[in-house]
Amino acid sequence: MSEEVVFDLIVIGAGPGGYVAAIRGAQLGMKVAVVEKRSTPGGVCLNEGCIPSKALLDSSELFSLARDKFSLHGITVDAPGLDLAKMMSRKTDVVKKLTDGITFLLKKNGITRFEGVALLKGANGTGNQQVAVALAGETALISASNVILATGSDAAGLPGIPFDGELVVSAREALSFTAVPEHLIVAGGGVIGLELGSVWRRLGARVTVIEMLPNLLPTMDRQVAEQVSRSLRKQGIQFKLGTKITGLVKNGERGTVQFDGGNGTEELICDKLLVAVGRRPVTGSAGLAALGITLTKSGRVAIDEDYQTSVPGIYAIGDLVDGPMLAHKASEEGVVCVERMSGMKSLVEYDIIPGVVYTWPEAASVGQSEEQLKEGGVACQSGRFNFAALGRARCMDESEGFVKILADQETDRVLGVHIVGPRASDLIAEAVAVMSFNGTARDIGLTCHGHPTLSEAMREAALDLHKEAIHG
Amino acid sequence: MDIKIPEVGESVREALLAKWFKKNGDVVTRDEPLCEIETDKITLDLNADAAGVLTISAAEGTTLAVGTVIGAINESGTVAASPVVATAPVGVTEGTLPPTSPSVRRDMREQGIAPHQVTGSGKGGRITNEDLVTPVRETAPQTPVPPVAVIVPSVPVPPPAAPSVRSEEPPAYTSSRDERRPMTPLRKRISERLLAARQQTAMLTTFNDADLSRIKSLRSTYREHFIQRHGAPLGLMPFFVKACIEALKEFPLVNASIDGDDIVYHHYYDIGVAIGSEKGLIVPVLRDVDHLKLFEIDKAIAGFSEKIKTNRLAISDLEGGTFTISNGGVYGSMLSTPILNPPQSAVLGMHAIQDRAVVVDGQIVIRPMMYLALSYDHRIIDGREAVGFLKKVKEYIENPEELLLEG
Repeated sequence: MSEEVVFDLIVIGAGPGGYVAAIRGAQLGMKVAVVEKRSTPGGVCLNEGCIPSKALLDSSELFSLARDKFSLHGITVDAPGLDLAKMMSRKTDVVKKLTDGITFLLKKNGITRFEGVALLKGANGTGNQQVAVALAGETALISASNVILATGSDAAGLPGIPFDGELVVSAREALSFTAVPEHLIVAGGGVIGLELGSVWRRLGARVTVIEMLPNLLPTMDRQVAEQVSRSLRKQGIQFKLGTKITGLVKNGERGTVQFDGGNGTEELICDKLLVAVGRRPVTGSAGLAALGITLTKSGRVAIDEDYQTSVPGIYAIGDLVDGPMLAHKASEEGVVCVERMSGMKSLVEYDIIPGVVYTWPEAASVGQSEEQLKEGGVACQSGRFNFAALGRARCMDESEGFVKILADQETDRVLGVHIVGPRASDLIAEAVAVMSFNGTARDIGLTCHGHPTLSEAMREAALDLHKEAIHG
Repeated sequence: MDIKIPEVGESVREALLAKWFKKNGDVVTRDEPLCEIETDKITLDLNADAAGVLTISAAEGTTLAVGTVIGAINESGTVAASPVVATAPVGVTEGTLPPTSPSVRRDMREQGIAPHQVTGSGKGGRITNEDLVTPVRETAPQTPVPPVAVIVPSVPVPPPAAPSVRSEEPPAYTSSRDERRPMTPLRKRISERLLAARQQTAMLTTFNDADLSRIKSLRSTYREHFIQRHGAPLGLMPFFVKACIEALKEFPLVNASIDGDDIVYHHYYDIGVAIGSEKGLIVPVLRDVDHLKLFEIDKAIAGFSEKIKTNRLAISDLEGGTFTISNGGVYGSMLSTPILNPPQSAVLGMHAIQDRAVVVDGQIVIRPMMYLALSYDHRIIDGREAVGFLKKVKEYIENPEELLLEG
């Protein structure tokens, strides 16, 4: 064991929470170390989540456009062929470029990287928190006055149907199939299930989504979720809602999934079962329990407003702590956690964190849904505009979806914006900005939007809220 | 029964709801203090007008217009339904707080400023980053404001140059070394008044000292008797009030004030007397003191002290006044220059009593001495009059029998 190296800040986990916290710490003058078990930084987000899935979503989108839409634009091509290996290597290339970018950023900010598995060892004689980093039999000992846990989450499995990496897979494997599955069954109608289901549906797989709840995307605005559901059905994805998977019988490379939707046990044969029923915080490793770090009822790490755990000097952010498991939420918390350590009065404004679903059409929302507002007894007004009536959307031949704006009845402040439609992921940014500035529906209505753009839908929806839509 | 922000003074239009002593749903009895209200002049308790169950509808720390309902007392005694205390976290739940941007919200947190403490200058009352640097002042009232009745003689007054502009941008994070807090409305008012007094008068101070031997011996001889007979402690202040009244009668300009191009002589003697409190010197006004006997003055001062302690001082107790007696001596000051309380033209500063060696009839003797300072507005009071006035006060203090015989 080598001599203990002392830092100001040790970040455990180099995902979107951890690496951002590390860089912010370095910017604020701290001597920072990052411990990461992967050989590349970026966590699940970059290596096996957001980025590779978007790379495949974009590739598969182009493929489906060439196959299904080109002819509508008067472009005649032979039926496009699929070189899946090349598509995957492009994805790998995208991931590599971005993880290399983060490696460079960490280096540029003078951050020391430790590859290996971290284990909290408790406070040493000087009051610093010690961390042991184990890699291939070697152990390095480092310590710092502040340690941030940013170990993220991993995929939850189905009871009785463990992951096997071949037939029963998580999102990680579903991003690297070497062949298009014949029949992909997706357990879980949440964001991950719908996105990956979309990828493989576009590339030709038969896709069935089995969801236990009666609705898809349970946290989204109902109208948005219904529109997504309609669009995906049109694309040929089949849904079995309110249905529970009860078992799996393996038969060589195939399996028979048993499920119960209220009419007794039914069966479907598949060659891949993607389990996307949620994610669990990684609290089992790193020695959290040995140190007595308290967890919440839901199994996340309990923290105070400074993100400090029950053990002074140890902090936790991202998927480990309460809130939506989103990369940008983790990054926000990373920055705020470090800034608060430095005495700044930073705050994550949890009410205005956007959420995006990269199906096509995309769905995105920020703030509260109409259902939440009703439940909270908030009197609000709603404005809506359909992309079908929008010039740019028509040009793109993307007429599904709408923008819905919810504003306080009295003050007109925007309380929620829900978009389903082309490039909703980018359009939502305007809504987040307006809400961050406590803006009103009138503010959006009075703001000039370029023509012809998709963003005009936002303005028209705001105008509609006051029954002043020009094109509504 | 609704609880409202009360009328606390003629020029007071809003008040800060500083603190609730009671919780939502608490059972309160009549006259029990419910909350503390802070205006730019005083802090006072709001007491229950009836017994019953309290419902709170305005949160602590909000500034509210006079007459605003801040809660209610349900006299039938049934427990009020759901608590409706306005909470004000960030983002969409901000309700009626003025609109702000993310950077403004962070700056306000850094500087400990609550949104309602700033008047937003942007569209729809939006608080801009500039508003935090130079808070927008309320438009000045048309009628002259009655003088704020708090003076702190030895407080260093900031130079007139750009008083509310920061000298430099606060560094990114220095909270361990510096801490920024907004001034309370009371403090803000004091600072504005003190600065105005400096800038709008030709203030000058003259000094003298007085031998308090006789007053001391009078007090020790008659104190017990005085307490028994009048229930008043026979303090030092009543002697000074009396002495000043007599001197003011001889020098009426010292009791006068300037109004535009006119000099207004006051044929009454309303004297502000400094009383030390937790919140600094408070200066309630004794009315028509020339008609009061020594013990009556003493009792009136004791009454004010009690009111200050129990937060019951009314704005009307602080308004007006034709002359002020301040007392840096309560804090042990040997000598200081009191600051005027416009539109008054003069203020007498009392100080600590110290045994000093003085020459009396060619002999060096030890006497309990006090330095006296008279700050005056040189625009209407000439040096000769100021010095004469102070000498007269000295004489009466050194020979209190004369006061007693005459008054």
